[in-house]
Amino acid sequence: MKKYLLTLVLACIPMFATASGSGVALDHMKPDLLDNASLQRGAALFTNYCMGCHSMKYARYERVATDLDIPASLYEENLIFTGAKIGELMQIGMSAQEAKGWFGAPPPDLSLEARLRGTDWLYTYLRAFYKDDKRPYGVNNAVFPDVGMPHIFADLQGVCAHKPHFGEPVSFDPLSGIEHSSNGCQEFSAKGSMTPAQYDAAAYDLVNFLAYMGEPSKLDSHRIGTYVLMFLAFMFVFVYLLNREYWKDIH
Amino acid sequence: MQKLIEWIDARLPVVDAFERHMSKYYAPKNFNMWYFFGSLSLLVLVNQLLTGIWLTMSYNPSAEGAFASVEYIMRDVEYGWLLRYLHSTGASAFFVVVYLHMFRGLMYGSYRKPRELVWIFGMTIYLALMAEAFMGYLLPWGQMSYWGAQVIVSLFGAIPFVGDDLALWIRGDYLISGITLNRFFALHVVALPIVLLALVVLHLLALHEVGSNNPDGVEIKKVKDENGIPKDGIPFHPYYTVHDLVAVVVFLFIFCVVVFFFPEMNGFFMEKPNFEPANALKTPDHIAPVWYFTPFYAMLRAVTYPLFGVDAKFWGVVVMGGAIAILFVLPWLDRSPVKSIRYKGLISKVALLLFAISFVVLGYLGALPSTPGRTMVAQIMTTVYFAFFILMPWYSKIDKTKPVPERVTG
Repeated sequence: MKKYLLTLVLACIPMFATASGSGVALDHMKPDLLDNASLQRGAALFTNYCMGCHSMKYARYERVATDLDIPASLYEENLIFTGAKIGELMQIGMSAQEAKGWFGAPPPDLSLEARLRGTDWLYTYLRAFYKDDKRPYGVNNAVFPDVGMPHIFADLQGVCAHKPHFGEPVSFDPLSGIEHSSNGCQEFSAKGSMTPAQYDAAAYDLVNFLAYMGEPSKLDSHRIGTYVLMFLAFMFVFVYLLNREYWKDIH
Repeated sequence: MQKLIEWIDARLPVVDAFERHMSKYYAPKNFNMWYFFGSLSLLVLVNQLLTGIWLTMSYNPSAEGAFASVEYIMRDVEYGWLLRYLHSTGASAFFVVVYLHMFRGLMYGSYRKPRELVWIFGMTIYLALMAEAFMGYLLPWGQMSYWGAQVIVSLFGAIPFVGDDLALWIRGDYLISGITLNRFFALHVVALPIVLLALVVLHLLALHEVGSNNPDGVEIKKVKDENGIPKDGIPFHPYYTVHDLVAVVVFLFIFCVVVFFFPEMNGFFMEKPNFEPANALKTPDHIAPVWYFTPFYAMLRAVTYPLFGVDAKFWGVVVMGGAIAILFVLPWLDRSPVKSIRYKGLISKVALLLFAISFVVLGYLGALPSTPGRTMVAQIMTTVYFAFFILMPWYSKIDKTKPVPERVTG
């Protein structure tokens, strides 16, 4: 009986193992919400490159400025292009109707994109554009096939000549010690102003900023949560002793 | 103070009520950790009510404004994120403690005579809780809220003849829309909480009338001292209030770890597609209910044969409904001479173990997209689930039992 059960359980394992993950392999990135410099660079990239088309309509400029330690006047001068007041929501001027005609689908609001897609997906996606003349904007994406978005960072990254692959480990040649990696773009058809390493860092900053935007309360939550847990651990000692005191005469 | 209590007591029996339900309610002294989950459910209920009321203050129940108002709560309302995470984590925690509470009842035979009504009120609470959770899940108006509701409401459409009209009546529209959202909001924040509270009162009144069961399944009221107090009973207050306080602190610790550090619980408490606003024109790749409904969802999908010329989907709905309905008649299925699993024989123990395994495996399968292999496992597990109940009158009778002691054993 036991053997039979065990066989049944073991037989089920492969069925569950394939449960996760459809789609392409992704590169990993770990957001660091304490790295203000990275978040500020991410905010600048977002405002300069993304906000033409993508809104952040659930967030307010002022909150970003406060959380990322950017002085309000500096923020207003450099990072608000729409004439909005700093206390307003981060809306854009492009109408969804027109955008649909231009791109096939209106560019989504990005306030929650990091929570929806995950940071690994975003980090890989931003580095996955490649030349494809069949597409209306001349580029395709390895992570999001036939995406309607043009390669907005072409002047920074350049344009990759072939479809790049991701999520592959770096290997070293055992004799020469030379690094072999087929990860990311191998050959560019147009050069950008950044080296691949610089562009990866820029993509990291931008995704880091999107991760912050998805859940701006996260750092608060961790800080308060730590105190709450400490208080509860402290409380436990007293309730435990109280309970022991009452129960010592129950046998 | 004393005078005030006397003044009130002359007009309202507060002292009597306190004594009857707390300080002179004699509970068996041998409760183990499985007995914490009743009071913990009450704690979670209070959490849901309080955080729910405050969320309502900033929530906008309309198709146009719901999603944005949730993000407004998360970003602009002071500690709004905390209120929301307490509420969303509380919903899952509610089902965790209620499932454990129900399993305790199954183990120790707490549904047996004279506690049939306690069990039935409890089951009705569970039913109301499922309705409450289902309707609450629509309110954030994310993709999974929308499509989850679409799938579940469309199940009513599988009922022959009246199905389509019934689904239309529930939605109030031809598809899930702002009208559905508004009525679910009304039911979620007013109607069902009232029903839940009333049922909890009935559950407790019925319990305190017959007295609590215990891990030995012995009736402590059979052995009383000269004052008519059960010899194995101790006053609920202070003994079990201080006892439960320890459980409350431990529970809150685990609860707060989730609330403050893992509120999404890797997609189990908050599903990722729900961070995108509801879109009637875009179906998500994979629609899965929240974890506490997945066992029943797996059973629904496990039924793949049409029968008597009626669609398989309808029989899936019947199986799913039956899986819950059969729990109601449990008190009359168990024919064992003993209550507690401690004194039941091997067959009952194995049956309970298999039942628990089937429920967990079904829950796991219900969260995954179905494949032929998984459907087969789900079919086997659904059979195990039902066999536990349907065969119970037989196996509980022939099973060898151990002698039950007169008094509780520590």
